[in-house]
Amino acid sequence: MDLVYGLVTGVLFGLLMQKSEVLRYDRQIGALRLKDMTIVKFMLTAVIVAMAGIYALYDLNLVKLSIKGASLGGQILGGLIFGAGWGLLGYCPGTSAGALGEGRWDAAWGILGMLLGAAVFAEMYTSLKNTVLAWGDLGKLTLPGVLGLGNWVAIAGIWVLALVLFWWFEQKRL
Amino acid sequence: MGPKYPKSKAWSPYAAGALAGLLLALSVLVAGSYFGASTTFVRSAGLIEQVVSPGHVDSLEYFAKEVPKIDWQFMFVIGIFLGSLVSSLSSGTFRVQAVPDAWRERFGANPATRAVVAFCGGVIAMFGARLAGGCPSGHGLSGLAQMALSGYVALICFFIGGVFVARILYRGR
Repeated sequence: MDLVYGLVTGVLFGLLMQKSEVLRYDRQIGALRLKDMTIVKFMLTAVIVAMAGIYALYDLNLVKLSIKGASLGGQILGGLIFGAGWGLLGYCPGTSAGALGEGRWDAAWGILGMLLGAAVFAEMYTSLKNTVLAWGDLGKLTLPGVLGLGNWVAIAGIWVLALVLFWWFEQKRL
Repeated sequence: MGPKYPKSKAWSPYAAGALAGLLLALSVLVAGSYFGASTTFVRSAGLIEQVVSPGHVDSLEYFAKEVPKIDWQFMFVIGIFLGSLVSSLSSGTFRVQAVPDAWRERFGANPATRAVVAFCGGVIAMFGARLAGGCPSGHGLSGLAQMALSGYVALICFFIGGVFVARILYRGR
């Protein structure tokens, strides 16, 4: 059943990304060139809606959170490396599958590269675990936890910041 | 290229994004599953390596942590492909293309150049994603939505790295 849920959720997510053109290389590179914020609008709107939904369900004891631990070595170094590769490829792991679906088959080269990248990481994991990944290991922190705020105060703050950002994007026609 | 596409029938990214956010919350409620994509590339690489050398896969610690198997997220990524395929075919936006428009304007129409850079970009991106513990789906959408510190740090670094490389590639444009 899990597999069916995964497939159905993926089909719907793929459809939403395809309809709003966020799968396209031009849109992704447009965001990285700070000229076209389409993918940022899509992403941040999804984030703030999901945030309110997930925390409401969490308060009702209907869902569990799945917070990834903060490891500054991993997230800062890995994040910068990922970003560099993303700038070259112009698709991220999820959007590469979607881009291939709409016929942009340069994404297939990226997918093959990503499979190799995953294999290389698996070879190096044991040595990375005790070095880079252990640097700045802070555990499963949340923003409201770090800032000493209530969850809903933090959510309201993030909503305001996102809406201001959207307003600015529209003013600048980004 | 610019942000205004007068003939575009694209959905508003705000509307589509809001629906994607509802979908994520619903997925967590119904299936207990958060969005993510990059772990699937680890499991897939393991499944492929198992064909060649199962003993080697068993010997690696990372494949004990991320067992090579078909799970929720694997089907989610397959679903993204299928959803995009059906959506693009039914709306006439499916286009077989080896070189994206913006790339062609900057670097020309040679598909081999694009293939080499896309492949190398893929290797680098996935190595970084696994080091960071996630990609724009897992850290970006799921992490930010849960207000995880890890997600915010990772996503900011994704953009810093990406903007830096895009500036070099498209310098002066």
